Amino acid sequence: MRPELEVIEGWVNSKAHVLDLGCGDGSLLQHLRSAKQTTGYGLESDENNILECVRANVNVLEQDLNKGLGNFKEQSFDVVIMTQALQEIRHPHEILRDMLRIGKEGIVTFPNFGFWRNRSYLALKGRMPMSKSLPHHWYDTPNIHLCTFKDFEALCYRQGLRIVDRTVVDANYRDSLAMRIMPNLFGSTALYRITKEGNS
Amino acid sequence: MQNTSPFPENSVGLVKSQSLRVDTAIKLQCGQNLSHYDLAYETYGTLNDSKSNAVLICHALSGNQHAAGYHHVDDKRPGWWDLCIGPGKAIDTNHLFVVCPNNIGGCHGSVGPTTLNIETSHPYGPDFPIVTVKDWVHSQAQLADHFDILQWAAVVGGSLGGMQALQWAIDLPHRIRHALVIASAPKLSAQNIAFNEIARQAIMSDPDFHNGHYYGERSYPKRGLILARMLGHVTYLSDHAMRLKFGRELKKGHLSFDYDAEFQVESYLRYQGEIFSENFDANTYLLMTKALDYFDPAAEYNGNLVGAVSQALCKFMVISFTTDWRFAPNRSEEIVNALLQAKKTVSYAKIDAPQGHDSFLLDIPRYKNLFSAYMANIILEANKLNQEKRNAS
Repeated sequence: MRPELEVIEGWVNSKAHVLDLGCGDGSLLQHLRSAKQTTGYGLESDENNILECVRANVNVLEQDLNKGLGNFKEQSFDVVIMTQALQEIRHPHEILRDMLRIGKEGIVTFPNFGFWRNRSYLALKGRMPMSKSLPHHWYDTPNIHLCTFKDFEALCYRQGLRIVDRTVVDANYRDSLAMRIMPNLFGSTALYRITKEGNS
Repeated sequence: MQNTSPFPENSVGLVKSQSLRVDTAIKLQCGQNLSHYDLAYETYGTLNDSKSNAVLICHALSGNQHAAGYHHVDDKRPGWWDLCIGPGKAIDTNHLFVVCPNNIGGCHGSVGPTTLNIETSHPYGPDFPIVTVKDWVHSQAQLADHFDILQWAAVVGGSLGGMQALQWAIDLPHRIRHALVIASAPKLSAQNIAFNEIARQAIMSDPDFHNGHYYGERSYPKRGLILARMLGHVTYLSDHAMRLKFGRELKKGHLSFDYDAEFQVESYLRYQGEIFSENFDANTYLLMTKALDYFDPAAEYNGNLVGAVSQALCKFMVISFTTDWRFAPNRSEEIVNALLQAKKTVSYAKIDAPQGHDSFLLDIPRYKNLFSAYMANIILEANKLNQEKRNAS
């Protein structure tokens, strides 16, 4: 099991109603369904992923995240999850706000542009960083809104979102002391559990 | 062994239309009763011991019970949904028992305007009561009873057929495990009703209509039917599909400065209208368009579609097609959003296809793969239920 799934599983209550934004082949929802008896849906726009979800009996809805989540009602989900998609969204701040409009809690994971390897790549080579978690060239990358942990946390603060929990892992989803002390330098992937200020 | 069948291997082959005499009276939504009536239907595949593998196919506006296979060895074309029904196809008759009725009000064997009214010893004609999607669902339930099918594994339909699947889910929630609602809508828009009204006017203003009592006459409203079908056909295709198929191609290659069918598209529409007018009853066409106009399952729930679909217990698969402008994707999404709010189990796909509303009848790889994948899980479930029943007894 991907350690990312393990962390997320720990953050989702059993029988929760879950919305997974960019659910891929549905493996996260499948996992949560069997581990936590969750219900809910995945949103996906890739036709092969949609087919895989249908095969796996995962509820999937063909929907483009860039067109917003206006079709979902206020507080209609216990948790809204978005793994490794924030950096590909046209308006990340709007989707974050929407996630916590329709969900009581949000879980967001994304690659950390402030990871030391990215920093040194840019500093030493003078070129846009490429790595295991950032495998694309600058011109063909789907990642149009890369950010660092600090950037993300600043955005949460501005939007009145509260960080309930944060875990940082490296490209192999391992945890280390260095990452715990200086996450923005040593963590390559972040997992955030957020809620609206005032929500307990 | 050599294949001696004259039909393709994945065809259900030679089939026969059957008829069920229903002696239980049905109270129609309009208030009238039918004390007894005939339902024409076809079946494909074999019903299993626990009757867990039965699928109901609901036809659309101009459809009938002949959904798959051939009536005669020399039939040029198979049933209307042969592409999706047969051994190894999306609705796999190696595993599923498929039932497709002709809806009441129809003109292919079920009770309808062409049926003799015993009280007057004339065909009902325009006096046949206006039937609704709800009435169809309740008459189709008689067919389920006839086969001792307590619960359909799935009710499947495109367009008006999809509306029946949705109505089944709402009205008889315990009797359906899956609803497949394809290229459909939760109710008609003003534009949809407008097209239907033009079709009806085309028929009713035909001098041969005789107020619907044309059966004893020498002629019938053929021209009206042709016009109605031509109009309907335009709404089934997309602008793109028509461009691809006909462009501005001229039959003779040059303008002839008269009113003959010059452009290919004109001749195609005339031909389609002509064929249709020979095989369809004008009064039935009027009835079917009315059933479409009246369809609005939310109406019984104060106009609240979420309230309506909250009744459902089944799982849903909703499919739309990008270039369908008769029932555009956003109409399917209205259904999906209501199901979401009601926290129902639903999947939704918007198939990118250039063919317009007709797409649901056509060979579109992504559509077929998705349809097959969804049905494959229904087969697994049906087999599992059958096994459980077997173990229990």
